[in-house]
Amino acid sequence: MYKIIKAEKLNEIVYLMVVEAPMVAKHCQPGQFVIVKEDDTGERIPLTICDYDREAGTITIVFQPIGVSTEKFARLQAGDAFEDFVGPLGCPSEFVNEDPEALKKEKILFVAGGVGTAPVYPQVKWLHEHGIEADVIVGAKTKDLIILEKEMAAVAGNLYITTDDGSYGRSGMVTKVIEDLMAEGKTYTKCVSIGPMIMMKFCCLTTKKYDIPTIVSMNPIMVDGTGMCGACRVIVGGEVKFACVDGPEFDGHLIDWDLAMKRQQMYKTEEGRALLKLREGDTHHGGCGQCGGDK
Amino acid sequence: MGDVLKKVPVREQDPKVRATNFEEVCLGYNKEEAMEEAARCLNCKNAKCVQGCPVNIDIPAFIHQVKEGNFEEAYKVIGKSSSLPAVCGRVCPQETQCEGKCIRGIKGEPVSIGKLERFVADWAKENGIKPEAPAARNGHKIAVIGSGPSGLTCAGDLAKMGYDVTIFEALHQPGGVLVYGIPEFRLPKDKVVKAEVENVKSLGVTIDTNVIIGKSTTVDELLEKEGFEAVFIGSGAGLPMFMGIPGEVSNGVFSANEYLTRSNLMKAFREDYDTPIVTGKKVIVVGGGNVAMDAARTALRLGAEVHIVYRRSEEELPARKEEVHHAKEEGVIFDLLTNPTEILADENGWVKGVRCVRMELGEPDASGRRRPMVIEGSEFEMEADTVIMSLGTSPNPLISSTTIGLDVNRRKCIIADEETGATSKEGVYAGGDAVTGAATVILAMGAGKAAAKGIDEFIKSKNN
Repeated sequence: MYKIIKAEKLNEIVYLMVVEAPMVAKHCQPGQFVIVKEDDTGERIPLTICDYDREAGTITIVFQPIGVSTEKFARLQAGDAFEDFVGPLGCPSEFVNEDPEALKKEKILFVAGGVGTAPVYPQVKWLHEHGIEADVIVGAKTKDLIILEKEMAAVAGNLYITTDDGSYGRSGMVTKVIEDLMAEGKTYTKCVSIGPMIMMKFCCLTTKKYDIPTIVSMNPIMVDGTGMCGACRVIVGGEVKFACVDGPEFDGHLIDWDLAMKRQQMYKTEEGRALLKLREGDTHHGGCGQCGGDK
Repeated sequence: MGDVLKKVPVREQDPKVRATNFEEVCLGYNKEEAMEEAARCLNCKNAKCVQGCPVNIDIPAFIHQVKEGNFEEAYKVIGKSSSLPAVCGRVCPQETQCEGKCIRGIKGEPVSIGKLERFVADWAKENGIKPEAPAARNGHKIAVIGSGPSGLTCAGDLAKMGYDVTIFEALHQPGGVLVYGIPEFRLPKDKVVKAEVENVKSLGVTIDTNVIIGKSTTVDELLEKEGFEAVFIGSGAGLPMFMGIPGEVSNGVFSANEYLTRSNLMKAFREDYDTPIVTGKKVIVVGGGNVAMDAARTALRLGAEVHIVYRRSEEELPARKEEVHHAKEEGVIFDLLTNPTEILADENGWVKGVRCVRMELGEPDASGRRRPMVIEGSEFEMEADTVIMSLGTSPNPLISSTTIGLDVNRRKCIIADEETGATSKEGVYAGGDAVTGAATVILAMGAGKAAAKGIDEFIKSKNN
């Protein structure tokens, strides 16, 4: 069992948990993820690592409930435990294996959207600890949905907050901020973008215009996360790649986004059904337009 | 007494009934049936069946004990050679191994060795008989990577010799392919697999789940920092292969690994488990091996009309005969000499059909099987909403790429000595699908057994 040390609601829809997992904490690097399963009948859910403490042997995860399993995770409290917590999975971010001196010459821009701020944080923090200051754009729909602002400010070079509705920071989508920064005369040699797929897609279209190589982190459907099931395949530069062993980070300019987004929809019906059943219990008799109640 | 040339028939669930449930298909022999079948054994002096068994079970000896009604003795005879008899009795390809060599088979049906092995193992479980733990431990620590057939066998054998064995398993449940791959209706998970795993544990073996070697820790760390004196790699086959045809990333195209893992390991077929599975109304399974049969029969039980599409003819189907027979009885449709060329998808990216060509068989190729060739102009379309690719696997690089000095071959399989399991790295042994590519449970067990012996010799030579 993997004990939850701390459970916190960051806002209406996002949860943070610190979990005891010494083996993962000892070996994980920025860019990697874990797979979490609550109990015997639960699903294996891939989640990004937001932070790690090697000495305390803990991993911080941040998630937004979108299906029946993450909804159940959200109900857990400090003192509860996950039955399974495995990792670190996937490859670390490329820069982890690069020469820090060479990295200092790069101008790196991170673009984080919504809950995607969580996996961006350990990358920016790692660079900061190695003497590299990266600029960070954090975007969200509205003020209340901005997470980890204080933490990010402590490790980022320039931090640009933006909200779609203009309720906090700059106003508009992250792509507009990229355009504005370029207009202000900024130059970047590398971009890392993590967030909802649609955001990453448009972020890539924008950076492509300015010829900034862009890395994205894919979070496709997965089962085992170790390279066995092939559910997580994405098309990168016309080739089939497995996000769990080849990724999760890929060259964003080479991803087939439309296909990736269609694959994301695969279990919409099944997941929607399970979620409604959980929320409404025995009172669920249709209404989701999909399942026709208990028939 | 029935016809001595024929096997005592084994009771099975009715095909119509079992096509709608996940209960075990074969019900096995009872005491009387087992003793009657055992009496058919000629007790050959130079027993060919033993040579046909990858772990060399003393088959005539255990069958003799069954004939006499000494089932516990029979279990002990098998236990000397096999750690997983309840599994092997169910999933071994007996027709090409022990039973294929049986002298009875020349003039009639061979002795039903597999069903007898299964009977003995099930009887032992029902009567609470467990393998005996070693009297003394020797204090040497050995790590085993993977808790599938090769890992369990290697660990079990080493534990019997007195070693302190820890198995590291990447998934949340031990058993490897026995748990995620082979379906419940062929190999019950609680009744058989869990019980066999418990037997290995009762020998003193520790199993650590949720540890991915190559990520959570490495082979080198196990040897240098964690105090293990040798490591056995039985990590299994790995990444599923696809055909490389257009449309293969469409929604509704799965690897057999994914489909079976969802159903078997994650129990997606059960209402009380959270993992979803796309059931499909018309399912096409591409491939002709045991895994293809398992996927097809799973989809059938989930309510679909199922077609097996295979590019050669029935004779070349690599699956066990019993699996093909069962699949047909249950209503799986076989489209043989047929090969997909494209997956067709609708505007939302979901599978709507498969474009195929008809094939004919030409001259034998390197594998000795007749080469399938496309019949010109034979293109046609099959309707489908789900396609399951069951084309085999290629090795997972997680361990080989993170272990210094571990050599792999051109196909990225770990190179290991067949006799001892020794790899290019001292103290590191390997066996099973990680070495051979996708093969059978029993061959993996044979390799695990050989490596246990190899490791024992290595430790002894080192400490002399």
